[in-house]
Amino acid sequence: MSSVSSTVADLRGNTHRGTVGALDTVDSALDRAKAVDAGRDGLNIFVALDQGHVRTDADACDAFRSHAEPAPLLGVPVAIKDNLATLRDPTTCGSRILAGYVSPYEATVIRRLREAGAVPFGKTNMDEFAMGSSTEHSAYGPTRNPVAPDRVPGGSSGGSAAAVAAGIVPVALGSETGGSVRQPAAFCGIVGVKPTYGRVSRFGLVAFASSLDQVGVFGASVDDAARTMEVISGRDPLDSTTADVPVAAYSGAGGRSIRGLVVGRPTEYFPDSLDPRIRARCDAALEKLREQGAEIRDVSLPHTELAIPVYYIVAPAEASSNLARFDGVRYGLRVQGQDLRGMYEATRSRGFGDEVIRRIMIGTYVLSAGYYDAYYRKAQQVRNLIAADFASVFAGGVDVLFTPTTPTPAFAIGAISDPYEMYLSDIFTVTANLAGVPAMSQPIGRVDGLPVGGQFIAPHFGEATMFAFAYALERALGQEAHT
Amino acid sequence: MAVTIDDVRHVAALARLGLTDERAAALVQEMNTILGHMDALSAVDTAGVDAVAGVGAGGLPVRADSGPPIPLARSLDAFAPSVRDGFILVPRLSTHDTAEES
Repeated sequence: MSSVSSTVADLRGNTHRGTVGALDTVDSALDRAKAVDAGRDGLNIFVALDQGHVRTDADACDAFRSHAEPAPLLGVPVAIKDNLATLRDPTTCGSRILAGYVSPYEATVIRRLREAGAVPFGKTNMDEFAMGSSTEHSAYGPTRNPVAPDRVPGGSSGGSAAAVAAGIVPVALGSETGGSVRQPAAFCGIVGVKPTYGRVSRFGLVAFASSLDQVGVFGASVDDAARTMEVISGRDPLDSTTADVPVAAYSGAGGRSIRGLVVGRPTEYFPDSLDPRIRARCDAALEKLREQGAEIRDVSLPHTELAIPVYYIVAPAEASSNLARFDGVRYGLRVQGQDLRGMYEATRSRGFGDEVIRRIMIGTYVLSAGYYDAYYRKAQQVRNLIAADFASVFAGGVDVLFTPTTPTPAFAIGAISDPYEMYLSDIFTVTANLAGVPAMSQPIGRVDGLPVGGQFIAPHFGEATMFAFAYALERALGQEAHT
Repeated sequence: MAVTIDDVRHVAALARLGLTDERAAALVQEMNTILGHMDALSAVDTAGVDAVAGVGAGGLPVRADSGPPIPLARSLDAFAPSVRDGFILVPRLSTHDTAEES
């Protein structure tokens, strides 16, 4: 199913010229959502899609029409992951514990989208509190992959990926902790970007693992993603972890040549066990880069195989702390107990799903007395070794790394029941989160009709170079990226 | 370091999670399986490696212990489960069962 949405650039220009109204655009998107059966009994993409809210926000775009220079996302509908705080639609994180919760404040990224002329377009389904790789762990039930509805869309931002892949919207926001944008982008055949840690404000993003979380962008094309990333990036006084580093014109990177630049091919991301068809797609993509003058160099990131154990200690540890706030006191679900402690336990055990409980238990265990040094402290040390691997490769003259995004294409709904086997689907993505470096996935072809993603990883704040490679590869592959 | 049912009960209490006997027993197996994979880390030589992760370029900036005000679009009673006179109500602590109702 190919996208029928206009590009961000076209929507912006046409809305500014008045040849298309923002209201027409969102009405078309609402019609498209119906046509692809995006509702609960179909693809199950949205957990909230209020026609009145969307049309009200589209009306607000008229105020931008009189500006001499069109706003960067004028008239562009953007689907929003359900863990980003919005003022009108509920923000539930796909969880029973936040059912019906409407935030009293707005995420900075949503405000920036609106100030850039975009129209927030519903809240999308996700693995509960972003814990999952398939969007099967949602209180609202699983989302289906628009390319192959018997398959998962990936996760945890599966609803946002599906909204773009189904051609409802050209861009969507997701969030990343260990690959939750790049992995679903790969499974759905679209572009997904995780920025540098500190590049985009997390004010209003419900926290999962604070040393890893970042807001990310899905796009039907590299340019759609680049234009949206430009808008949401930059320092925010409301998030002290944002960096005061200038934001480059990512959409301008399309004109940059990659001739003479160096692409690292990390051998650990191409193990003997890798599906040979995915390896072949990656090799073909690397050949396209070579034809454009890039040098391909084999490199090593020797601690890669330790990334999953590190991630599944660090992330649950931070989650066990961050999710302590959901206790029935201040917001969300409250289940009465015999006393205060009984209320806490009843609320949390009733409100959280199995995967969230499993991770809170693991996280609490590895932080508890007697186990902290063996698990959490050790994991933090190995995390530094993983980060040092990246630093060493980039210091050695490599401009970007290129890898497969996932070891397999999208798997069938219900096919993976073992939690650790599910965790392994993040094996090529968690490293970038652990090291804080930017990374993105883009379609590089199909295997048995299912999309395959290729991943670029760049040094800290190297998004502009990363986008230059992504534009170049997208141009070189053309329709091969989708066949 | 095998996880026992007593460990699961202890950790659940720390995490304020009420577990049925059936779920607690399942978690013993799940946690042992998952943590078994984590044992790969014990073989890594980390002598002299810093345990503080600085994931951003140059680490995190230090700031004053204050920030800009965050205006709320709706009041506490619009989202808190139970509110009276601007205060959130919670059940009585079991240790205060004998205290008089105020």
